[in-house]
Amino acid sequence: MSSSEGAPESWISSFCSLMGHEFFAEVSEDFIEDDFNLTGLQSQVPMYKEALEMILDVEPEEDEDEEEEEEEEEDEDELLGDEKPPGYRRERRHARVASDLSVIESSAELLYGLIHQRYITSRPGIQQMLEKYEMQHFGVCPRVYCNGCKVLPVGRSDTPGQETVKLFCPSCQDLYTPPNSRFHSVDGAFFGTTFGCLFFMTFPDLDVGPRFDASLNTLSPTRSASIPSTVTTTTTTSAGTSHQPTSDTPRPVWPTEMNGVRTANFAPGLGEGKMYESRIYGFRVSERSRSGPRMKWLRMKPTDINQLDEMAYFKALQHYDNDGDAQMGGDSTQNAIANRKKAPMRRRRYPTDPMNINGAAA
Amino acid sequence: MMEDFNSETDSDYTSYWRDWFISSRGNEYFCEIDEEYLTDRFNLTGLNTEVPYYQYALDLVTDVFDLDADDDLREQIEKSARHLYGLVHARYILTTRGLTKMAEKYKKGDFGKCPRVMCDGHPLLPTGQHDIANMSTVRLFCSKCEDIYNPKSSRHASIDGAYFGASFTSMLFQVFPHLLPEKSTRRYEPRIYGFRVHASAALARWQGRFREETRTRLQEADVQVKYIEDDEDEELEDEEDEAQTVDSREAGRGDAASMDLGR
Repeated sequence: MSSSEGAPESWISSFCSLMGHEFFAEVSEDFIEDDFNLTGLQSQVPMYKEALEMILDVEPEEDEDEEEEEEEEEDEDELLGDEKPPGYRRERRHARVASDLSVIESSAELLYGLIHQRYITSRPGIQQMLEKYEMQHFGVCPRVYCNGCKVLPVGRSDTPGQETVKLFCPSCQDLYTPPNSRFHSVDGAFFGTTFGCLFFMTFPDLDVGPRFDASLNTLSPTRSASIPSTVTTTTTTSAGTSHQPTSDTPRPVWPTEMNGVRTANFAPGLGEGKMYESRIYGFRVSERSRSGPRMKWLRMKPTDINQLDEMAYFKALQHYDNDGDAQMGGDSTQNAIANRKKAPMRRRRYPTDPMNINGAAA
Repeated sequence: MMEDFNSETDSDYTSYWRDWFISSRGNEYFCEIDEEYLTDRFNLTGLNTEVPYYQYALDLVTDVFDLDADDDLREQIEKSARHLYGLVHARYILTTRGLTKMAEKYKKGDFGKCPRVMCDGHPLLPTGQHDIANMSTVRLFCSKCEDIYNPKSSRHASIDGAYFGASFTSMLFQVFPHLLPEKSTRRYEPRIYGFRVHASAALARWQGRFREETRTRLQEADVQVKYIEDDEDEELEDEEDEAQTVDSREAGRGDAASMDLGR
């Protein structure tokens, strides 16, 4: 009975090939066999031992060996009464195979999911997910201005049973429901809250920019031609952000990295020219209208990425405060101070700063 | 498809081309255009240059087609008829009757739900990015996050966006402002082991400041901007924000960031 199960496919690979389980990576047995990786899971999973055995495919083999023994032992049991606890336990397990198999099966799925959550943040696991990501196993972002950016499965909670799996788009930094309903029953905790961002920090060079570059380029000139008022903004921004390398962008002031992320790879789907503008007969709806735009902030990004350099800003502000009583409203003087302050500080920070996040990520 | 149609005309059914078109698979986004609207030549101005076999196509759409054509020609006319219907549709849904029909479909959720998690499955509306045919396919507009998405089903992904037009969604909410949903400031915060990721959080803070600036600017123009969260837990924070953002942008900026650092 067990020989047919044990032969060609392991429990793990058959679990991962189930319908709706396409997002899962195959956790290596080495990872599961290391007890350290399972710390604390025993209390979260009912019938932990049986579930673990099922995942590792050790139970069927044991059964095979035991079946004959058990029969003998059963006889012994009858003779000896209840005096032989190990034999009694085996008998119970034998009976359970029929009735509790579904319970063990669901426990095994839960346990596998929780191990999976840990595995995909480990070095081999995240590598495996990278392969899946590059083959677009997780789908693409439904948002039009993300241009089919590949997404990653994440959870909104690390506790199982709370929410189903969601998709994280690095291009708009937002979360989407998987389009296919077969993923609506997959627990988000099996991927966890950490994985999404850790993935993109582990592979900072991964190009998350627009993918349908060709189709975008054929569309964009016609689009700006048909909507004359945006000609300048759309052409400049698409020239700036849609072509991959930042080195030849019209803004030499952009640092290659900001806040630990490559600026070219930081939310490329957001900002001016990558946002929907509601229009009636070509005219934009005024923001003062009752139905005017109210959610622009959600898809905004500063045109000057340096505005996100909060450290530089605070340094400038402190320096400014110490200097004392200049006028708060004086935007121009303040910007001048900020710029003056920013430049040397960044130069100083990159090579030696112990707080340097970029060095740690690389 | 052709056979369906043939059998219908052959058996002398009348006024059923549009019924068939609306109910056929993949055309769920369309509403039915009134006979009167279709027969008024004024509404079709300029379309005769856009559509090949214009007159035949129009006859087909209005169920008065009785030409004995071979299969090839028939298929071309059929194609033209669908194209013509789409182009008229874009005009029709901007009329009062068309808007009402589309609003009904919107309320029923015929166009699907927003894929964005924070929108909680808000119903979508079909929209085009262009008014000219063959430029882009149909997109779905979510009025809650004010963004556009690709339809998830491939049978909808091939519909021309010009069949709905770029003005439709905005026009709908101009005419029926009560259909506008309450906007929300909820957003996804990427975290690693429970800690917010700096790059994303910095952007989120910047966006928050942008939102508050817009809000103050609009308040000065006597336009009230409300988000769902305003009624609930952020009332206090809001008052603080207002007091401090009024005098200068810079003060507001510092304030928002330092509040975050304090947490």
